[in-house]
Amino acid sequence: MPVVRCDDLVVRYGPRTAVDRVSFAAGRGEVLCILGPNGAGKTSTVECLEGYRRPAAGVVRVLGLDPVADHGSLVSHIGVMLQRGGVYPMLPPRRALRLFASYYDNPEDPEILLDLVRLRPVARTPWRRLSGGEQARLSLALALVGRPDVLLLDEPTAGVDPEGRLAVRELIRAARDRGACVLLTTHELNEAERLADRVLVLARGSVVAEGSPASLMGEPGTSREVAFGAPPGLDLEPLRSVIGRGVTVTEEEPGRYRVEAPVFPEAATGETVAPDITSGALAAAVTSWLAERDVAFRDLRVGRSLEDAYLDVLRSHDEATDPYLDGRRRR
Amino acid sequence: MSPFRPFAAQVGAETYMTLRRGETLLLTVGIPVAFLVFFSTSHVVSTGPGPAVSFYVPGILALAIMSTAMVSLGIATGFERGYGVLKRLGSTPLGRPRLLGAKITTVFFVEVVQAAVLVPVGYALGWHPGHGHAGAGAADALAAAVLATVAFGGIGLFLAGVLRAEVNLAAANGLYLVLLLLGGMVVPVAKLPGALAGVARELPAAALSEALHAALGTGGPVPDAAWVTLGAWAVGSSVLSTLTFRWE
Repeated sequence: MPVVRCDDLVVRYGPRTAVDRVSFAAGRGEVLCILGPNGAGKTSTVECLEGYRRPAAGVVRVLGLDPVADHGSLVSHIGVMLQRGGVYPMLPPRRALRLFASYYDNPEDPEILLDLVRLRPVARTPWRRLSGGEQARLSLALALVGRPDVLLLDEPTAGVDPEGRLAVRELIRAARDRGACVLLTTHELNEAERLADRVLVLARGSVVAEGSPASLMGEPGTSREVAFGAPPGLDLEPLRSVIGRGVTVTEEEPGRYRVEAPVFPEAATGETVAPDITSGALAAAVTSWLAERDVAFRDLRVGRSLEDAYLDVLRSHDEATDPYLDGRRRR
Repeated sequence: MSPFRPFAAQVGAETYMTLRRGETLLLTVGIPVAFLVFFSTSHVVSTGPGPAVSFYVPGILALAIMSTAMVSLGIATGFERGYGVLKRLGSTPLGRPRLLGAKITTVFFVEVVQAAVLVPVGYALGWHPGHGHAGAGAADALAAAVLATVAFGGIGLFLAGVLRAEVNLAAANGLYLVLLLLGGMVVPVAKLPGALAGVARELPAAALSEALHAALGTGGPVPDAAWVTLGAWAVGSSVLSTLTFRWE
């Protein structure tokens, strides 16, 4: 039985439909990332699961309970992190953790949590004087203190520095590994790629893509893309001729290059395409070409990133729903 | 788990925060003490027969109750709503009844602290309460304080529940000033212009100070009208705040 379930969820604000028949499910020991542009309906969806918002239509269940009607029974099993605020401005982390720990039957030790979220140095500093990253880590710790079965986190890494992100990812993985179902919204595609077992992409209130990050990015080995960073303005013509025709080599932004082999022969042009080159062979060809010319390069990436896949999904969704966007194809 | 543990922890946290806020201490202790000393010793307002301090101890105790139950509670709750604290607490097992209970308990704690400071200052200024039946007077004063706390708390939470935090801050302070002047706390209601005095008598501030003046000053019985006014405000404002309060 799924731990979290949405069936045809609809949320309306007056005449505006913020969430339009969204369905998904998530189970124990799973991290589900909800992605999407601002206004896609991510927070509205999560707030229905938290019981803050009553769906206009559809069914929402968390641990088999109705988040609004069974709110009292549900709250001891969920850990919530709001997009902003949620903590007394005067309260320092240690006191906030002790207070929240008192609400639960079998809480985590506040002192252990202080170390896990690396807030011991500011344990006595009031919330309002913490940095954005420290506030986010305290909010996460407060969501974890009751050992929840379900974690509902709205943008847990917004404004968090790289070291803090590492701590946040470790905590979320630890919660998942002990069997919690973790549902989080984010704009950070790198976070989602590293953390998510499954990804749900919302756009204008509807699900436009769903699956594991790998399935959205293309399974390893099936992709024919290599990206790398190098000094801007490289003459790419020699590289094109070395690798083979049909392979596109572009400088996407200054100093950032992408080499892409078509997966299927271009029947339309009748052109001879490169033999079915593997991504490994493509990467080898690129790196040896760069090495021969003594070009310093970095950030070599084989395959697409989740960000590439995400932007493609949104673009094709926009094109499908908005004919005026036709001319804005990326490449 | 004992259902008392979250409640006790909440009272502890609320008390900690209340006593750590400088502006709250100024409002709940500093201003009342300053007013008590200044008005009892300076004779800028004529308070009728007897030493001024015998008017000002009950009046300033009434002011102290209003400061804590209406202004301090209301402003703090308004900002907690603005910062999403109340929303976040809504998804914990604390629950609204225990949160509300903890807030009320904290208000009573602070009022005890206020009385513990103001009453000795009053004695030092030469105050002699009651005339023979101090026991009955103290019981009346306590009952009036409890009723007024509910009434003022309801007003403070009503404003906090419907206004934006910054607007609520201004509204609570404005109301404080109006009720301070019309409440028989520094100026006897009888000294107000006729029509204004009539309006003032219908407000909870004047009803509370009238009850406290009777119970702690003259030692006479509290007028029924004061009990009725206090009771009506206590019921009305708590019903109103319960019906209108928004947690987000």
